Amino acid sequence: MNNQNIKIFIVDDEQIVRDSLTHWFEEDGYQVESAVDAFDVLKDLRPGKYDIMLVDIKMPKMSGLELLEKVKEIDPDCIVIIITAYASVPSAVQALKNGAFDYVTKPIDPDELSHLIQKAIKQKTLKEENIALKKHIDEVYSFEGLIGESTEMKKVFELIKIVAPQDTTVMIRGESGTGKELIARAIHMHSPRKYYPIIPVNCGAFTETLLESELFGHEKGAFTGAQYRRKGKIEMANGGTLFLDEIGSISPKMQVELLRVLESKQFTRVGGNEIVKVDFRLISATNENLEKLVQEGTFREDLYYRVNVFTIYVPPLRERKGDIPILANHFVEKFSRAMNKVPLKISDEAMEILLRHSWPGNVRELENAIERAMVVGKPPEIRPEDLPFQLERVSHEDSDSLEEIEKVHIQKVLKKYDWNISRAATALNIDRVTLYNKIKKYGLQKT
Amino acid sequence: MHQAGIILLNFNAMSFYDSIANSLSKNFNLNCHSIIPNYDINEFYSFERNQYYSTKIIEHSLLQYSKFHKILTLTDFDLFVPVLTFVFGEAQLNGKAAVVSTHRLHPEFYGLPANEKLFHSRLIKEIHHELGHTYGLRHCKNFECVMHFSSNVDEIDIKSENFCKSCLSFLNNKI
Repeated sequence: MNNQNIKIFIVDDEQIVRDSLTHWFEEDGYQVESAVDAFDVLKDLRPGKYDIMLVDIKMPKMSGLELLEKVKEIDPDCIVIIITAYASVPSAVQALKNGAFDYVTKPIDPDELSHLIQKAIKQKTLKEENIALKKHIDEVYSFEGLIGESTEMKKVFELIKIVAPQDTTVMIRGESGTGKELIARAIHMHSPRKYYPIIPVNCGAFTETLLESELFGHEKGAFTGAQYRRKGKIEMANGGTLFLDEIGSISPKMQVELLRVLESKQFTRVGGNEIVKVDFRLISATNENLEKLVQEGTFREDLYYRVNVFTIYVPPLRERKGDIPILANHFVEKFSRAMNKVPLKISDEAMEILLRHSWPGNVRELENAIERAMVVGKPPEIRPEDLPFQLERVSHEDSDSLEEIEKVHIQKVLKKYDWNISRAATALNIDRVTLYNKIKKYGLQKT
Repeated sequence: MHQAGIILLNFNAMSFYDSIANSLSKNFNLNCHSIIPNYDINEFYSFERNQYYSTKIIEHSLLQYSKFHKILTLTDFDLFVPVLTFVFGEAQLNGKAAVVSTHRLHPEFYGLPANEKLFHSRLIKEIHHELGHTYGLRHCKNFECVMHFSSNVDEIDIKSENFCKSCLSFLNNKI
């Protein structure tokens, strides 16, 4: 913070003190004002008017301690330093209790005053940075990556807003690539736990023993290779949120262990005896049919009810195609920033292909498609040939037209046999002339 | 070249006067005139603190020697302003007069052996610093610049006798 931006106010009934301090602070480049008594200060004090206030403890009309209380009522962020004529411990303690930053005795050692002001500025700067950072986190990360204007997504956003402030356990269900982790993060960022971490664990990525060590941590020597004590993800999520992705894939033994932690909020590390108490919110996600797994006996019913308290269903991209243009443009912006490129426009033809594609990989597939198009595409726009699936301009799952289905199928078979007409015709169970006619009819070309 | 009145108020380090005058000529384009004042020092003296009030010394010098472009008082007296325990010197920000005390610049003040070279260096730095204020310079963040604030002699020893680029450019515009 530049000294010229710092406003210091001196309140002292002795003019000589006001003048000396004013002069001293002006040499340092601060903005300085002064007043003879408390009423002079209070008449037009408002939050943020002054950064630091030096207040004499003994003044006529109103004491420095009374003024301190009133200043803190109007502007709690103003740093108040009390000046006393002699070291009076009770009054200094009272001043600190009432919110004074510190106190100095007159005459003040220049070294002490200089350090005190530097310390006060540092605290104020840190506080302001902290507030700005929290605001930034709230603004930037709350719904980052979650984009959609469709009715389906609006419902999801509504559910996030409802459930986030509660401490309820949440289950997010949806196909792979629909953004389940982003939803978990959005819930976390809108919850009172937002200043603590969210710890994601992909349960499907670990074997049973590795997942146990990953979740619960281990003590030194718990198993071969455990050279150090290591905190588990559950312990790391203390105060925050634990996000268990692919919860349907965890083994029966781990289901029991997890259930025990969720019920007792305590656990022991692998190879240890010490009970570790934890406080976290659980958000889990799956793309499996948990009810079916329960029926088949591979997923515990008690754990199912424990994790399935509030369910959010994320629709696949093919069910909310109206969101494709806004998502595609969002990814164009994102990758143009990352690649330091001019944002490309998506041509009408390319957009048509994007809208017709069935998106089995959902938003993740769209993101990858745009990333590829940004790499190969040339300004000013992304063209159909820049997309990774231009050959399948029309997906047969997406069309009810028999002709479209036939066209796509013939194209696929021709590609499979590297445009060997005889072999393709045999595979299609039609003669070569018919195949030629159909290639002509649909305008198919070898690429 | 502007004229500067150098008021020697109980100033005993006269062996350094020539080097001070040279330095002011070189750095501030000032032609120095030494003056032995005829002040009643009781006007500045505080019996309670056994120190001399620097602001009053400045006011007094202005009353008597206003004909000079700059007035610098050099003294061995220990200086104070009422709210602070001591000051090495004081100056009118963007004004005419300044005062510098040698009292706390001597290593002997801190129980250390005399060191003429160190004392001379400290004195020059303080003179440059206070005169810098009279040209409108404020404290500088650059710890090597002579305009960097020093609340003790260690901090004076860290900085150099010279102005940093930015302060020098400001100063040259004012001179």
